[in-house]
Amino acid sequence: MFGKLEMTNLHVSIDGQPILKGVNLTVEPGELHALMGPNGSGKSTLAMTLMGHPRYKITGGEIRLNGEVINAWTPEKRAQAGMFLSFQYPSEVSGVPFAQFLRTAFHAARQPKQPVPFATFQERLTTGASAVKFGDALLERSVNEGFSGGEKKRAEVFQLRVLEPELAILDEPDSGLDIDALKTVASALQQYRNAQRGFLVVTHYQRILQYLKPDRVHVFMDGRVVRSGGPELAVQLEAQGYEPLMRERV
Amino acid sequence: MSTPTRAQTQALDQLKSYRFGFHEPDASIHTSRPGLSERVVGEISHWKNESDWMRRFRLKALAIFAQKPMPTWGADLSGINFDRIRYYIKPGDKPKANWEDVPAGAKRTFDRLGIPQAEQKWLAGVGAQYDSEVVYHRTKEQLAKRGVIFTDMDTALREHPDIVKQYFGTLIPPADNKFAALNSATWSGGSFVYVPQGVEVELPLQAYFRINSKDFGQFERTLIIAEEGASVHYVEGCTAPVYTTDSLHAAVVEIFVGPRANVRYTTIQNWSKNVYNLVTKRARVHEEGRMEWIDGNLGSKVTMKYPSVYLVGRKAHGQVLSVAFAGAGQHQDAGGKAIHVAPETTSLITSKSISKDGGRTSYRGLLHVAPTAVNAKANVRCDALLLDPASRSDTYPTMRVKQKRVTLGHEASVSKIGEEQLFYLRSRGLSEAEATAMVVAGFIEPIVRTLPLEYAVELNKLIELEMEGSVG
Repeated sequence: MFGKLEMTNLHVSIDGQPILKGVNLTVEPGELHALMGPNGSGKSTLAMTLMGHPRYKITGGEIRLNGEVINAWTPEKRAQAGMFLSFQYPSEVSGVPFAQFLRTAFHAARQPKQPVPFATFQERLTTGASAVKFGDALLERSVNEGFSGGEKKRAEVFQLRVLEPELAILDEPDSGLDIDALKTVASALQQYRNAQRGFLVVTHYQRILQYLKPDRVHVFMDGRVVRSGGPELAVQLEAQGYEPLMRERV
Repeated sequence: MSTPTRAQTQALDQLKSYRFGFHEPDASIHTSRPGLSERVVGEISHWKNESDWMRRFRLKALAIFAQKPMPTWGADLSGINFDRIRYYIKPGDKPKANWEDVPAGAKRTFDRLGIPQAEQKWLAGVGAQYDSEVVYHRTKEQLAKRGVIFTDMDTALREHPDIVKQYFGTLIPPADNKFAALNSATWSGGSFVYVPQGVEVELPLQAYFRINSKDFGQFERTLIIAEEGASVHYVEGCTAPVYTTDSLHAAVVEIFVGPRANVRYTTIQNWSKNVYNLVTKRARVHEEGRMEWIDGNLGSKVTMKYPSVYLVGRKAHGQVLSVAFAGAGQHQDAGGKAIHVAPETTSLITSKSISKDGGRTSYRGLLHVAPTAVNAKANVRCDALLLDPASRSDTYPTMRVKQKRVTLGHEASVSKIGEEQLFYLRSRGLSEAEATAMVVAGFIEPIVRTLPLEYAVELNKLIELEMEGSVG
């Protein structure tokens, strides 16, 4: 298994309102791409669309996973094919302990359903928990309910470590984190990288990229990629902001 | 013969898919003619060889039933036709104490419900109701030795007439409501539990109920008495086969909780979706006694059921946990009532309801605090979950508080299952049905965790089936 993701001239509307206006972007297996851009530029819309949110309508273009067009796939089918989205605002599920949720997702995310040794899940649970510094008490709490902002972000990366996707989209995994939590999240992600797995990380800040070392950085404005470059582009954005790029476009 | 239309085929498939929707050929010995009259009521009493006071009680109740108008304040009951119901069916002769003697048809039915297996594991005693009379009944020896009586109501009337006469119909008199009157006139079967002073029954006592005859109303009567310091958990589970015409289930349950006694009554109701389920349940709790109603309502066309606690002794405690699920064509009108009469009494009513595919749930509750109930504490919490825009939920809370020194709490919430929440779960690989089932399971978790394990598993399984749309 490997994770290659391509977006070709992708157009998306929400409730009839065009948001994405021709996105072209390719994440090769083994690469980590950072997507940066001002608020409201459509970064989260792209993340949701890639995972198949039913309210986000593709009006043109294509999404391919490992060469296959997945425009019409349900979210669960994408998950089962090895895709994962770390949410900016994860939902709460009252009355369902986090550990139970993880177990259910672990079994649901593998299709066709093959028997898994019990030890595999247990092993990932232990490794994942220690990678994001997740205590047993949190595992018994309801999914995301009453979690602090930082706990929610760590819980998302915890899920990634347990589900082991090939293609991970992370929507602001760093927002609202203090410096220690940021290091924890970043290193849990960095450990997970290998030559097959692809990553698309949406972020506002260059800080997390110091730990993650992106292969490519893209600037997103008004529903499309307006500039791409190496890690130095993130540093430049941090120093100058998006203003110069916006002026350029006018 | 013509080929069935597509609609007919679909209807048949639906019947097949209803898990417990099977029924055995009818081999009953006595069956009353449809409709209700003094003659029918007299016949029931005659067949049962009842004493004169019960016959008079029945006839008096019949007169009250005839006088009382149909209640119009709740669910729509216009589909009930009293003239088409058969009020008494008696399979076999006497209750059988031995599994081997149970009629083969009834046994097959029980087999499919998994009763013998369940019994082997952990049942303390089984009173299983087949049609209107208990045909299989056994009380564990050690319970009998400790003075615990667990038998069907008809046997109790014969063998323990003094206890029955002292309590029967005193908490829910026939005049209480139209369906209590109907039950009082036509009752048959049900359970009788007597726990003497200081005796604690560790394992739950169980009874299974089943409607198994076309157009047949089931009017069982349950009476539970826990003397001072006694403790018992009674579990009642109902499943019913699917029929094409409407059936009526109107039960009466009376519970007497003595000082410092402890009673828990658990029901998971899964009547088929043509049954009118109209049940009166009431408990009277004495000083420092404790009563808990756990009430799950999944099936039926219409359910109206508000388990009540009358807190008549100082520091008596009453609790109602109610969970209701309404799918297409169903109306679950459920809730609870707490009546505080004595000082320092406490009550807690928790209601959780789920509506799907245009189903309707109502919470209907009463909180009554009498002037004598100084320092009473009462809490009501009702939460409704709507799974789609076509579904409906209403709340009808009534509070009558006649004492100022009380602590009252009332919280209500209605939530809709969120598109974002479902998307979140689906993005983790769960199908839409699995995701919905998970949200629902979490929603009712506070109630499920109070259930005996087998019931918790069954309830979750039933909810899952409802989500897949594979039930009725």
